[in-house]
Amino acid sequence: MLLQQLTNGLMLGGTYALVAIGYSLVFGVLRLIHLAHGEVFMVGAYIGLEVMLAFHVGPVVALAAAIVGTALLGIVLELILFRPIRRKGGSFLAPMVSSIGAGLILQEIFTKIFGAEQSEFPAGVGSDVYHIGPLLVSATQVFIMAIAILSMIVLHLFISRTRYGMAMRAVAENVEIASVLGINADAVIMLTFAVASGLAGIAGVLVGLAYTAVSPFMGINMAVKGLAIMLVGGLGSIYGAMAGGLLLGTVEVLCVAYAASSYRDAVAFGLMIIVLLVRPRGLFATGVAVER
Amino acid sequence: MFEGYWGSVAIFFGINVLMAFSLYFPMTAGLISLGQGGFMAIGAYASAVLTKSGMPFWIAVGIGGLLAALSGIVVGIPAIRIRGIYLIILTLGFGEIVRVFFLNFAFTGGASGIGGMAPYTNLAWVASACLLTSLVAWRHRYARMGRAMIAVHADEVAAQAMGVNVVRAKLTAFAVGAFIAGVAGAFYAHYTLFIDSAQFGFLRSADAFLFVVLGGIANPLGPIAGAAVVTLTPEIFRFLQDWRMTFFGALLIAVALWRPDGLVTAIRTRQ
Repeated sequence: MLLQQLTNGLMLGGTYALVAIGYSLVFGVLRLIHLAHGEVFMVGAYIGLEVMLAFHVGPVVALAAAIVGTALLGIVLELILFRPIRRKGGSFLAPMVSSIGAGLILQEIFTKIFGAEQSEFPAGVGSDVYHIGPLLVSATQVFIMAIAILSMIVLHLFISRTRYGMAMRAVAENVEIASVLGINADAVIMLTFAVASGLAGIAGVLVGLAYTAVSPFMGINMAVKGLAIMLVGGLGSIYGAMAGGLLLGTVEVLCVAYAASSYRDAVAFGLMIIVLLVRPRGLFATGVAVER
Repeated sequence: MFEGYWGSVAIFFGINVLMAFSLYFPMTAGLISLGQGGFMAIGAYASAVLTKSGMPFWIAVGIGGLLAALSGIVVGIPAIRIRGIYLIILTLGFGEIVRVFFLNFAFTGGASGIGGMAPYTNLAWVASACLLTSLVAWRHRYARMGRAMIAVHADEVAAQAMGVNVVRAKLTAFAVGAFIAGVAGAFYAHYTLFIDSAQFGFLRSADAFLFVVLGGIANPLGPIAGAAVVTLTPEIFRFLQDWRMTFFGALLIAVALWRPDGLVTAIRTRQ
């Protein structure tokens, strides 16, 4: 029973991690929080939904479409919401205002197109159930887990092995020095938004598959949890976000199973407060200067 | 003249001005919160329960404010050590915890909320509270505690070296802000006459944040102007009917791009 809960928790946690990684990536290069990231996640879910319904394709194609769509959306948001303020050297609060504004717009547009109610998400993966020892795992869960792990491995290889990943790490370390060394910081920041948003798009489709429902307001809940996970993992730490997401998913499922299920949305912040009391800079402290 | 529709707009504007001031005080000490909706919820629920059990309105409002202030001190304790993004996310978490708490708290109706309060809130109450708060905010800049808060904001270490009690300044800022949010919540509860936890979620907290950031904190006119812009714009754009949130969002983006440091005057948070 416990093992079963842990498995369920890791699957839920995988989707949390994908969203939280996006916050960490953006925070890494800009030292800012992107408050429309939850809506990017929501848009990803709807792209997946519409592609599956319109073209009768499987979830893999839906994922590909969601990645492309949300990555483009992320780039557009960077160009409109963040870059002009960066150029002006505005307060770090201004991009929070502009991204709250963008989040409201996206919510309303999607409410108008798809209605404020939940839309049903097609099953897609099939309803097979596998018995692995004492565990009961559905095909959907296996798919979600596989995609989440695959995304994280690809991200890890991208960050650690490619020139672009190296440029992203350089900009996250120090924008000025990276620029002096010939890295086009604006291009790297754009790339970071594309990667972060693509991951949120993946998470959107996976959550759609897991709960078989999407709504224009699904982003807010995910956004606040993603922010909590970023603090748990350590600001700007990608591996911290992965660990934090998996940890939160597990703790949340255990809370639902063994304690009060109606308090599940508060678990993230309880966990955050406990972690911050023990390790104020998060599980994977980055040492990034965030004193502002 | 202040009856019906415009009367209701005026009361909501007043409540929003109070919410703006609830964040103005912490912000003068350099503390940013994205959880003011949580304090508002505490004031709203507490006062609603109290007036329904027969307590006079003004005492219930005061107790609602004090309970919120008490929780403000609890939230303020970690704020002594952390700041910036950490504080923003911590207070965001506080707001969510309060929301989930009231969603599950059977005594105050749980998910079905609490209703049937008497309509005590009127324009006179709200306007006097706003006036009083503005006066305090204006005098505050020249008072001992106000100057201490501004000093803490400008440079915490230097302020401490000059003998400012940083802990007291920060806790006072949080408690005063939370008190005002609690009072705003009490007024809100006795005007809408029905409250549930969903009304005090992230968007409520984000509203207070928007009022203050849009208005700037360089002087007390800032939060009032910010609240005016945020409250009145959707009303003015009412002819757009279903698309007014989109226009409001676009307006937020436009203001952030055009005046990244606040609408009224430079917001002093840059370092």
